[in-house]
Amino acid sequence: MADRYLSLINSPLGENVASWLKLPRPAVLRRYEVGDPLLPGPLLLGGLGGRAESASGARELRDLLVNAGVSVVVATGAGGTGDPATAWADAAADPRWSALVFDATAATSVADLALLREFFAGGLRRLGASGRVVVLGRAPDGADPVQDATRQALDGIVRSLAKELRNGATANLVLLDTTEAGLAVVESAMRFLLSGRSAYVDGQVIRLGGAAVATPADWSRPLQGKVAVVTGAARGIGASIATVLARDGAQVVAADLPMAGESLARVANRIGGTSLQLDITSADAPERMINHANARFGGVDIVIHNAGITRDKLLANMKPAQWDSVLAVNLEAQLRINAALLQPGGLRSGGRVVCLASTSGIAGNRGQTNYAASKAGVIGMVRSFAQSFAEHEATINAVAPGFIETEMTAAMPFATREAARRLNSLQQGGQPVDVAEAVGWLSWSASGGMNGQVLRVCGQNLVGA
Amino acid sequence: MAARRAAILGGNRIPFARANGPYAHASNQDMLTATLDGLVARFGLQGERLGEVAAGAVLKHSKDFNLTREAVLGSRLSPRTPAYDVQQACGTGLHTVILVANKIALGQVESGIAAGVDTVSDAPIAVNEGLRRVLLDANRAKNLAGRLKALAGIRPSQLVPAAPSNSEPRTGLSMGEHQAITTAEWGITREAQDEFAVASHRNLAAAYESGFLDDLVTPFLKLSRDQNLRPDTTIERLAKLAPVFGTRSPNPTMTAGNSTPLSDGASAVLLASDEWAAEHKLPVLAHFVDAETAGVDYVHGDRKADGLLMAPVYAMPRLLERNKLTLQDFDFYEIHEAFASTVLATLAAWEDEGFCRQRLGLQAPLGAIDRARLNVSGSSLAAGHPFAATGGRIVANLAKLLHEKGSGRGLISICAAGGQGVVAILEF
Repeated sequence: MADRYLSLINSPLGENVASWLKLPRPAVLRRYEVGDPLLPGPLLLGGLGGRAESASGARELRDLLVNAGVSVVVATGAGGTGDPATAWADAAADPRWSALVFDATAATSVADLALLREFFAGGLRRLGASGRVVVLGRAPDGADPVQDATRQALDGIVRSLAKELRNGATANLVLLDTTEAGLAVVESAMRFLLSGRSAYVDGQVIRLGGAAVATPADWSRPLQGKVAVVTGAARGIGASIATVLARDGAQVVAADLPMAGESLARVANRIGGTSLQLDITSADAPERMINHANARFGGVDIVIHNAGITRDKLLANMKPAQWDSVLAVNLEAQLRINAALLQPGGLRSGGRVVCLASTSGIAGNRGQTNYAASKAGVIGMVRSFAQSFAEHEATINAVAPGFIETEMTAAMPFATREAARRLNSLQQGGQPVDVAEAVGWLSWSASGGMNGQVLRVCGQNLVGA
Repeated sequence: MAARRAAILGGNRIPFARANGPYAHASNQDMLTATLDGLVARFGLQGERLGEVAAGAVLKHSKDFNLTREAVLGSRLSPRTPAYDVQQACGTGLHTVILVANKIALGQVESGIAAGVDTVSDAPIAVNEGLRRVLLDANRAKNLAGRLKALAGIRPSQLVPAAPSNSEPRTGLSMGEHQAITTAEWGITREAQDEFAVASHRNLAAAYESGFLDDLVTPFLKLSRDQNLRPDTTIERLAKLAPVFGTRSPNPTMTAGNSTPLSDGASAVLLASDEWAAEHKLPVLAHFVDAETAGVDYVHGDRKADGLLMAPVYAMPRLLERNKLTLQDFDFYEIHEAFASTVLATLAAWEDEGFCRQRLGLQAPLGAIDRARLNVSGSSLAAGHPFAATGGRIVANLAKLLHEKGSGRGLISICAAGGQGVVAILEF
C-alpha cells in the first residue's frame, strides 16, 4: 500500500517543509535486491582490543566480514583492536560508514561499556543512510553479577541507540547464548542484519545458541535445493514469503484455501512453484500437506505457518464462531501440523519451521482478544517445541510483524492507520517483503543458531517493546 | 512393439457456472487459459514444453479458429508447445483425451494436455444467411457501382441475426425434445429421474465437503464451487417443478431439475508416459486403456432404439468385447448426465434382453450395474455441463477415484449431439 506521506517527505519540496515544520521524516529504506552487496559502503569494526580472549575472535569476525565482501575498517584508539594496517582505502574516499559493528563479547565490567560509548560517539556522526549498528555480546548466564550486569547493559544501549538513529538506520544486538556458540552461528545473523533484508528489523535482540549450522554453497541462493511449504500464500505477506523463498532457491509449495485458488495459482506461476489448495483446519491437512511434499518433491525442509485470519470484536460482544475460527486457523492448525512434522517421514533433518505471530500477541490489542490469544499462543508453542525440534536437528521460530502495509491495514480508518504507521523508530509501516525476508533468513540452514525465538519485524514499534 | 499405456496425472477445471452468470463476459479463450494456468500451477509446468495440447469448444466463434493454440500462448506453458482444436459436440472433451493418449501410447509424444471449454453466455451470433450473401457479393464487386448494386439487395428481414440454438439441424428438435422421446419410449418415470438428480447433487456436495475436489478445481472469477450445485435439494422440491421437455406428450417427465442447465466452464487433463511422469516426480493417478465411438441414425431410425443420445449404448459392447470385459468388471462408472433420463435409459437398454439381442447382436443382455458405483462424486446434473468441458471433468474425476482406491477399473460413457457417443476405460 502506498505511504503518500513517506513519498512526499522524500521529495525536494517535502524535505524543506518537513524540516521547517519539524515533521517526522521517515526515510526510504534500503531493501535487498538480488545482486546487491551486503553493504553499499565500508564497515567500521570495533571491539575490546587488547584482551587475549577477544583478539583472535575479532580477527575471525573481521575475516568473516571481509569474506562476505564487506570493506572492513578496524577502528583504532581505545575502542579499536589497534591494527591500522587493515584500514581500507575506501574509507578515505567515502566518508560515510554503512555499518558500525562492535564486538562486546569480551565485556566483563561496567568500565568496558565506556569503550562502546567511545566507539559509537566517533562513528555515529558518519553513519550513512539506512546504516546498520550491530553489537555482538554474550547472554547473561548467572555466573557473575558484575559480568551479567555488563552484558544486560548492552540491551539498554542498543534499544536506546535504535531510537536515536535516523535516516533509515537500525541497531540490533546479537547475543551468543553459550561459550560454545562460535562465529559460525554469527555469520548468518551478520549477513541478514547488515543487508537490506533486515530493513524493518530494529531495536531487536537476537540470541544465538551453539547449534551446528550448514554454510550454503552460494550465499545468494541460501535455500537452494530446499522444499518449502508456505500457507496463506495466495496474497499479502504469504505471497511475499513465497516469492522471497523462491528467489533464494527454494522449491515452493504455495498453499491456501481452495476458495483462494485463483490468486494462489497466479502466485505459484509467478515464482515457478506449485499450488496446493488446502484448508489447514481440516483433520487430514497435516497428512495431505506432508504427503504432497513427499510425493512430489521427495520431502519437506521448510514450513512457513503464515495463514491467519482476524475476526475483531470486543470480548463482551464476541460470538463463539469468531472466537473459534481465529483460534482454529491461527493456532490449532499450526499445532497439529507441527506435531505431524516431528513424526517419521515429516520434516527432514535440518528443517526449519517459521510461524507468524504478531505484536498483538505480545502487547495485546483492543478488540483482538481472540487474535492475540492465537498469536501469543504461537509464541508459547514455538518456545515449547524448540527442544523437540532441536533433537530433530531442526529449528522452530516465530516472526512477529508490527504495522505492515497490507490490504488488511489499508482497510483501517485513516487517522488510526496514520498514527499506527509512525509509532516506531523508522516512522513508517513495514512492507510485506520485510516480513518475508526475516522469515526467509530464519529458513536458512545457516540460521540454526536461532531456535524457539520470536523475531519482531516492527521498526522498533513502541507497542509491546 | 506393444503400445504403452498413457498415464493420467491429474486435471484442473474452473467451477462450472450457469449460463449468463458469473462467466457471462468471459470468452472461451479466457476460460481455457485460466484452466491451463491452474493446471500449470498445480503441477509446476511453468515454461514446460509439452508434446501437445488438444482442446475444443462446441460453440465457437469463427475468430477462434486457433482457440487452443491462442490459449497456450496466453498461458504459462512454453510457447513452443503445439496445439490444435477438436470438435465432436459433447464428446469433444473425452475425444481430446483419446487423441493425446493415443499419441502417447504410440510414442509420438511424451506428454500432453487434453482440454475442453464452452460458453453459452458468450456464444457466437451469426449474421443472417441472406445478409451474409449480400455482403460477400458486395465484397466481390469490382467497382463502386457493383458494390452499391449488391448492397441494394439488403432486405429488412435480413438484419435479424441468426441466434445460436442447440437444436439438431436435421430434425429441428432440441436435445431435450429428442431425449423426451427416448424417455417416453423407455418408460423412465419422473420419480426415478428426480431421485437420480438428487443423488447427483448430494454426491457432488459430499465430494466438495471432503476436499476431494481441492486438487481438481481452481476458482475463477470469484466462483469457487459449481454454481448449479444445490446440496440441500430434495425429491419433494424437485417434484414441484413443471416439465419443460416433451410437454405435448400426455405424460411429460423432464424438468429443469432433472436436466442439465446450459453452462459455462472449462476443464483440462494432464497426460503423459509413465517415464515422463517419473522424471517430473508426478504421481500417476490412472491409465487410459481404450475407447470406442458410435453413432445412431436418430433421423430415420427407430424411435426407441435410435434415440439421439443413445449412441453410447452401441459403443459399449464393442469396447467391452475388444477388451474382454463385462459391464460388471468395473469399480466406478461415470455416465454423463445430459439428462437424468439419458443415464436411466442407457442402463435400461443394457439390461433389456430383447434390445441387446436384436440391436446389439449379443447372446445375453449386458446386464445391470451396481448403482452404488455410479457417478459417486456427482456428475453433470449437479455440476452443470459446459459441452466440451464435461469429458475432462469426468476423466480427471475418475482417475482420482481410482488413485484413491489404489486399484481397479473405471468406465466412462458420454453422449453427444448428432447421435454420437464416446465410451472409454481407465485403469489404476
